[in-house]
Amino acid sequence: MDYNRIKEKLNILADAAKYDVSCSSSGSNRQNKNNGLGNASNGICHSYAEDGRCISLLKILLTNHCIYDCAYCVTRKSNDVKRAAFKIQEVVDLTINFYRRNYIEGLFLSSGIFKNPDYTMERLITVAKKLRTEENFNGYIHLKSIPGASDELMYEAGLYADRLSVNIEIPTISGLKLLAPDKNHEDFAKPMRKVKDEILRYKSEKKLIKSTPTYAPAGQSTQMIVGATGESDKDIMYSATHFYKNFHMKRVYYSGYVPVMKDNRLPAIGTQVPMLRENRLYQTDWLLRFYGFSVNEILNNEYPNLDMDIDPKLGWALRNLQHFPVDINRADKSLLARIPGIGMNSVNKILNARKFRKLDWDHLKKMGVALNRAKYFILCDSRYWERRDLDAERIKGLILSTSYGKFRNSYSNQLSLFN
Amino acid sequence: MTTNVTKTFIYDGSFNGFLTAVFSGFDQKLMVVDIQKERMAQNGLFSETETIFTNIATAKRVWNGIKDRNSNAIKHIYFSFLSGEKGLEPLLYQYIRKIMGAKQAGVDFSDSCILRINQIAQKVSREKHRMEAFVRFQLTKDGIYFANIEPDFDVLPLISRHFRNRYADQPWIIYDIKRKYGLYYDLNGVEIISMDLSQNLMNSIQKSSLLTHEEHDYQQLWSNYFKSTNIKSRINKKLHNQHVPKRYWKYLSEKKEAV
Repeated sequence: MDYNRIKEKLNILADAAKYDVSCSSSGSNRQNKNNGLGNASNGICHSYAEDGRCISLLKILLTNHCIYDCAYCVTRKSNDVKRAAFKIQEVVDLTINFYRRNYIEGLFLSSGIFKNPDYTMERLITVAKKLRTEENFNGYIHLKSIPGASDELMYEAGLYADRLSVNIEIPTISGLKLLAPDKNHEDFAKPMRKVKDEILRYKSEKKLIKSTPTYAPAGQSTQMIVGATGESDKDIMYSATHFYKNFHMKRVYYSGYVPVMKDNRLPAIGTQVPMLRENRLYQTDWLLRFYGFSVNEILNNEYPNLDMDIDPKLGWALRNLQHFPVDINRADKSLLARIPGIGMNSVNKILNARKFRKLDWDHLKKMGVALNRAKYFILCDSRYWERRDLDAERIKGLILSTSYGKFRNSYSNQLSLFN
Repeated sequence: MTTNVTKTFIYDGSFNGFLTAVFSGFDQKLMVVDIQKERMAQNGLFSETETIFTNIATAKRVWNGIKDRNSNAIKHIYFSFLSGEKGLEPLLYQYIRKIMGAKQAGVDFSDSCILRINQIAQKVSREKHRMEAFVRFQLTKDGIYFANIEPDFDVLPLISRHFRNRYADQPWIIYDIKRKYGLYYDLNGVEIISMDLSQNLMNSIQKSSLLTHEEHDYQQLWSNYFKSTNIKSRINKKLHNQHVPKRYWKYLSEKKEAV
């Protein structure tokens, strides 16, 4: 191993891959085969970088040479950065050796596009194929679908990878035209559609023929950049919903745009990464996937953007006070899930516990319900409850005055006295 | 008929011993019982003491009885037992009585004893998961992947199967320094070992003579990767420390410069 050369490449190509936020290594069901190496049946975060993001996969580009010139991308053709490319065997060796030491759950391999999409996709597949067939590697593999890659290659990729993803990056078609003039929307949609169809086909064939080769068991995902093109939260979440519905995405990721170069189409370097907004979008994503909300309840023409100072569920509740208060001891599951301050874990605890006795404030508190928010919206087995006829603004004020969110500084308008 | 006499059972500290004690408690229809480990036993002033002899068959009966009643509960009992928390056994006895006496399915999270055991089990489960994440193998010159750990709770029995399933084609040792025993997988099966660790094979920056040359290189590469994958404009040390608590740093190759 040429240690110094590998080190240099690893630094360049890990640095270039880090803006891809997908990090999950769960959702697959790949078991260890024939006493080989690895197992991808559970997701583990092996470490966390100093930015607090989890490290579960070796996330690298095969190369950062690229024929495209997308404005938002650090690897774009016209950007003056050091370029490097891994040999296929080098990626295989790094993956295996990191995996054997329990550093990672597997490989996340993306690439700049060199020569043409098919050529690039083929090289990515070769790495995955080598790992599976030559090294008997059963760990997690996440491959990028290269926009514009052919159907045959997308089929082959799914035979070796656990998850495939294409990053749509820009949630609106007009934004895409502005920032990535060489790419068209259909290039992204085509590999996604192929992967979706193959997953469906695999699922139906598997029922008849047990030996059908596994196809992308962890499904596919995509990512959108937030805050690069002036899009609204509604634009973002409506396209996310479109991907969940029509492409059966396992996950849509939201990546706050990190300004990396000068371009007058984009936020200037030094602009703060919109982390709070990103956080609110993920909260909304969870409400859609696990809490039974539909997207137009939270975002619509009247409310195209999420509140920054309160979470989206509380925002919804304050606009819909007619549904409250909810009786903890009677309401059904879907209604419990809509109470601010009560997560799905608490919902399940409440459903279990109330079979044994009527629940009061103390029970709820011990179970972990965030009563500072929930108390304005519930009744329980107690004579004490919020009887004042409070309007939404007043409730919001009371809640904010008793909470200390981690993002408090980023939305507080109050002037500090001693600055 | 149930009696209210306080009784103290002394057992050998093993899980099977504990289950045997539980059996005796049920057998004597005791509502409350103090159960203590042999080496830490303290006699209560007015209580009667009985020594429990571990009986595997009896323990199995208790295990199966609880499992048939509530399969989640048996996991919680085992996990919380491994926490080694002081005074846990009498609480667990209460818990088992409640599970066995429950008239309906489900878990009564409004009961403080049940909630407490669930929380302790959760703590142990979190530590188990951390060890699955934070074990860092180092390749020795004998071709064995070796890792030291120092977990808050005795989680080796819980992680054995995970590592056996994952690293089936390489010999490995995971050694708990605090509890002075380890797991050794020799490509055929996992066995329990204890070793005299003269050289603790800590994650040191200096090269150890026991490790292969490439081991050092890969640790360096991993540290490099750890740095390059970080986004500087998003730095969040508080979150970092929350996910990777400092007490684990000395065993993580990517953090050794920080130690």
